[in-house]
Amino acid sequence: MSPAGRHVYLDAARDLCPRIPAGTRRRERGSTFASVLLALLLSLLVLITVWIFAARVFPAPSSITAIGDQVDRQYALTLWITGAIFVLAQLGFAWAILRFRDRGQRARFVPGNSRLEFAWTVAAIILFLGLGVLGRRAWAESRFTPPSAGAIQVEVTESQFVFNFRYPGPDGKFGRLDPRLISPSTGNPLGLDDNDPAARDDVVVPQLTVPVNRQIALLIRSQDVVHNFFVRELRLQEDAVPGMIISVHFTPDRLGRYEIVCTQLCGLGHYRMHSYLNVVAASDYQAFLNQQQQALRQ
Amino acid sequence: MKSRVDSAQAAAPGQIGFVRRCLFSTDHKVIGIQYFFLALFAVLIGIVLSLFMRFHLVWPAAHLSWIPWLSGGLMTPEQYLALVTMHGTLMVFFVLTVAPQSAFGNYFLPLQIGAPEMAFPRLNMLSFWLTFVALLVMLAAFVVPGGAPISGWTAYTPLSSVGSVAGPGEGLGQTLWIASIGIFCIASLLGALNFISTTIDMRAPGMTLMRMPLTVWAWFVTAILSLLAFAVLLAAAILLLLDRSAGTSFFTPAGIVLSGQLQPHAGGSPLLWEHLFWFFGHPEVYIAILPGMGVTSHVLANFSRKPVFGYKAMAITLCAIGFLGFLVWGHHMFVSGMSPYSSIAFSLLTMSIGVPSAIKTCNWLGTIWHGKLQLKSPMLFSLGFVSVFVTGGLSGLFLAQPALDNMLHGTYYVVAHFHLIMGVAAIFGIFAATYLWFPKMFGRAMNERLGQIHFWLTFVGAYCIFMPMHFIGIEGGIRRYSDYTGANYLAALQPLHRFSTIAAFATAAAQLIFLFNLFWSLRKGAPASANPWNATTLEWATPSPPPRDNFGAWKPAVYRGPYEYSVPGAAADFIPQHLSPADLEAAGAD
Amino acid sequence: MAIGTLPNRSIGHGRHAGHDGRGAGAGGDHPSGDTPGGAIVPPRAYVTGITVALGAVLMFFMALVSAYIVRRDMPLSGWLPLAVFPRILWLDTLLLLASSFTLSRARRLLLAGRDSGFRFWWKITAGLGIAFLAGQLIAWRELAAAGVYLATNPSSSFFFVFTATHGLHILGGIAALLWVMFRRPRRLGLATATEVAAIYWHFMDGIWLFLFSLLLFAKA
Ligand code: HEA
Ligand code: HEA
Ligand code: CUA
Ligand SMILES: [Cu+2]
Repeated sequence: MSPAGRHVYLDAARDLCPRIPAGTRRRERGSTFASVLLALLLSLLVLITVWIFAARVFPAPSSITAIGDQVDRQYALTLWITGAIFVLAQLGFAWAILRFRDRGQRARFVPGNSRLEFAWTVAAIILFLGLGVLGRRAWAESRFTPPSAGAIQVEVTESQFVFNFRYPGPDGKFGRLDPRLISPSTGNPLGLDDNDPAARDDVVVPQLTVPVNRQIALLIRSQDVVHNFFVRELRLQEDAVPGMIISVHFTPDRLGRYEIVCTQLCGLGHYRMHSYLNVVAASDYQAFLNQQQQALRQ
Repeated sequence: MKSRVDSAQAAAPGQIGFVRRCLFSTDHKVIGIQYFFLALFAVLIGIVLSLFMRFHLVWPAAHLSWIPWLSGGLMTPEQYLALVTMHGTLMVFFVLTVAPQSAFGNYFLPLQIGAPEMAFPRLNMLSFWLTFVALLVMLAAFVVPGGAPISGWTAYTPLSSVGSVAGPGEGLGQTLWIASIGIFCIASLLGALNFISTTIDMRAPGMTLMRMPLTVWAWFVTAILSLLAFAVLLAAAILLLLDRSAGTSFFTPAGIVLSGQLQPHAGGSPLLWEHLFWFFGHPEVYIAILPGMGVTSHVLANFSRKPVFGYKAMAITLCAIGFLGFLVWGHHMFVSGMSPYSSIAFSLLTMSIGVPSAIKTCNWLGTIWHGKLQLKSPMLFSLGFVSVFVTGGLSGLFLAQPALDNMLHGTYYVVAHFHLIMGVAAIFGIFAATYLWFPKMFGRAMNERLGQIHFWLTFVGAYCIFMPMHFIGIEGGIRRYSDYTGANYLAALQPLHRFSTIAAFATAAAQLIFLFNLFWSLRKGAPASANPWNATTLEWATPSPPPRDNFGAWKPAVYRGPYEYSVPGAAADFIPQHLSPADLEAAGAD
Repeated sequence: MAIGTLPNRSIGHGRHAGHDGRGAGAGGDHPSGDTPGGAIVPPRAYVTGITVALGAVLMFFMALVSAYIVRRDMPLSGWLPLAVFPRILWLDTLLLLASSFTLSRARRLLLAGRDSGFRFWWKITAGLGIAFLAGQLIAWRELAAAGVYLATNPSSSFFFVFTATHGLHILGGIAALLWVMFRRPRRLGLATATEVAAIYWHFMDGIWLFLFSLLLFAKA
């Protein structure tokens, strides 16, 4: 293109865009400061984030079930992969912002590159779907299998804003419930129907006490709105949905007292809905049960 | 300068009165500006609510006796939850559905495809005013007896379906909430209908699908999502309203006891509400982000002086994200009691949304690579968008695995995820759009220096607010808790909360710079030319602001793709879409 | 070569031509305050518009129907079949089906230029629509007489919701028919207006057939 022709073209462009000054403006000012600062901030972001995760500044409390450990492994794997992508992406941008800031150069006309695009599409498919497929295992073990026959059954009943735990008693059977009989003030928060013999030995307590190394099967239900049962150390949560009984199971392998919270918005007392999971030795568990039966008889 | 004079004429009051011209205008540009200010109003309320929330989370016992609606200066749990609900609702519906799509889409979609108007201007006006009414109805919930609803923006049943026995705010407040959402749905449906028809039938000659700016693609796909998703929410809202006021039992199960009373409902399903809500809710979050993605692609190309890298892939991935967005709603329900097998299906589908998102991210990097980066405020916000989108998107990959959702659901980890990707990334999309198009909309430039300062403070501030929430969540900090005394381990997380709160106040303060810049530039900004960014698309081929019929007697025709920057051999580093080969030839001839 | 060789694509020139041509339209605004869009919206946009709108209508009813199916088939649903199944629904269905035929006939006559025939069949269509709605009201009365109300049972809740929302859509359709008949839309032309109305009407007819068979199936 001859210089004269170019000039005319610029005139045309100026006519279209009335305020471009004559002659090409070669360089926009002020991009250097911004690019250096943005690259710096992105690097700082990466540095701090990586440090917090690597140094385990805010770790989750350690898990107390085998499935929990598996969840943790999957978490770690996910953290590694997404962490790598995070670092690459943020630093990649930081570098490009610094390197290609406006220094009066001419941009390269690159409308695409199908080979590259194909490559990262495949990479993303493998990485993300692979992660998803691997993540299936920990979930399958906690949800796809029914509790084993010898599991200890405890029913969890949630209502605004309390947890109640029901043990079936020596007969191993949960008695009938009738919502019309619900009356927390007279000591019948679940509405146990005493006409049902199976109900008479049912024990209702506000905390969950279980023996260590035994499989526990919870039957989770709600009396009013949607609640949730969550124990951090179990890496397990499940909603309590009125009209449904949802079963989950776990096998705690460490003694201790852990907090149970509700993670589903259930009303103004949502924040104070709280109880404890007591994982005790087998003998203590037996003592607990005996004591409860005694209390019932009095 | 001729065209500036013209545009001044266009802005001058003609024969039509103020009411027709500004209030009940059918001009898509006026309506776009109306939507813009409606969203701005809503976002300001939303921010103030969030500051009250943040303050209360850290200093629950502080006596704010100067606030009349706090009894004794103390905030009650139900007041806190009302704030959370209204904050979430205002932000999701009235800010992120309105500003990127209804405001900027309305203004620029016709301009960018070379149309003089939307296909159905009156419908357009109706849709704005319905949105306005919906906002009023929503805000009215604050002042009715019992106050605003406390059931969150997700309004899970039966909490939201049984009336005030479930808690304060669940009476009239919740009813107004549902009514407002219903009205909003209708408004959004009308808007979507207009966007789709306009894009299909009103494009200028030569404006083939593959020559549409990516913003147009994004608005188009978003409109389709709106059309399908809001119809479902409307149906669900009607059923919920009936459960509350007509005694039906769609979502309210039998035998539930609240405040000691057995409720007179028979066998409804709370999970049904969750399914319907999230069938809308997930597409909704993409409704919030897709226009931001479009703007980001648009801006990165413009300010890198380079074509969008992989234009076709960008358009396809927008469609792919939109399509997949309808298949993943179950990822909000992994622990809801839904079948654990379907969780796996939802999980894999959700992970696969990461793929088009990854393609987009890589293409954005490709777009700036070997560019000539001019870091003006729109560009800064778009680069910020990418950074925050990556951070917020990657945390989505944790949540998308049911095994991990087991420990993260209902915690602040989720709050961190959606604020980064939505409360920050999508908002950055709005900011980029504002800085980019303000000169076109108002004929004046915004102050660049203030824009830059605004960016630095907001970028750093937003990360400081929301990064700590990941750690609060990993340690088991639960969302929607008005107080940390409920569980013993929560007290240990307070330092993180405190950091977040301080950052929130600082970031919110930084928005004052933006507001000042906006309103100051409206009146005093330097006059803007037709094409201040040397850009290629059609909205820049008409004066700023454009005349009533957008292009006057000139019928735009399009001869090339939307991002012809730095084309080899061309003299200037951009070739506007409407320049014909003959024009170029002629320019280069002698 | 001078800039002048790019006349009509350069804003200044194009713009001026425009204003000169329009005379009074200061600032480009249509004197009546009407949109300039009205004149240039291609008729097919209206067809697109109604098609797109029906997409939303379809989603709306699909949401209701899937709620119906979920609700009916879940355990502990408390679901009881409707105590009575109003016979008149059969008649209503026939009326609505007939209205689709009369509508098609009216359109064919219009396109053939036979205006009075068009008007006749078009009115018949609207009449059939009104008769359909009256029939639906009778069905409601019949149910109410049998003690079946909105909140009696989930099955009745869905019955009333289906018929009410569909009836509202039909009501809108009737309004559109009458509007086309009496106001004679100028901007989009009778051919397009009737086409748009016809698409909508046939579609709502189809929706009714679907809902009706769903209710019928549940009766068993
Ligand atoms: C704009 C809004 C928005 C967007 C875009 C997203 C995007 C995503 N979201 Fe998010 N989400 C919300 C808003 C949003 N979300 C909201 C509001 C909630 C909570 C609602 C509530 O409960 O109140 C939520 C909740 C939520 C949950 C439920 C959590 C729970 O309640 O337990 C899940 C679970 O799967 C999830 C997942 C995802 C995923 C996988 C994406 C993906 O689309 C993200 C994809 C992006 C990336 C993956 C990053 C970019 C990729 C790269 C950088 C790759 C680089 C290269 C290579 C691999 C080669 N989100
Ligand atoms: C767009 C969405 C959006 C945005 C911007 C925000 C902004 C903020 N949010 Fe919010 N938030 C939600 C959506 C959003 N939020 C949702 C959906 C929920 C869930 C509700 C529920 O649980 O039901 C929630 C919940 C939520 C919680 C959890 C409460 C709880 O669970 O107990 C908290 C707590 O800190 C919080 C804090 C904040 C803060 C400090 C800000 C900010 O104030 C940060 C500073 C503000 C900005 C950086 C934005 C500035 C933007 C502009 C000025 C826009 C300009 C607009 C135009 C030009 C039109 N939010
Ligand atoms: Cu129960 Cu939250
Ligand atoms: Cu989602």
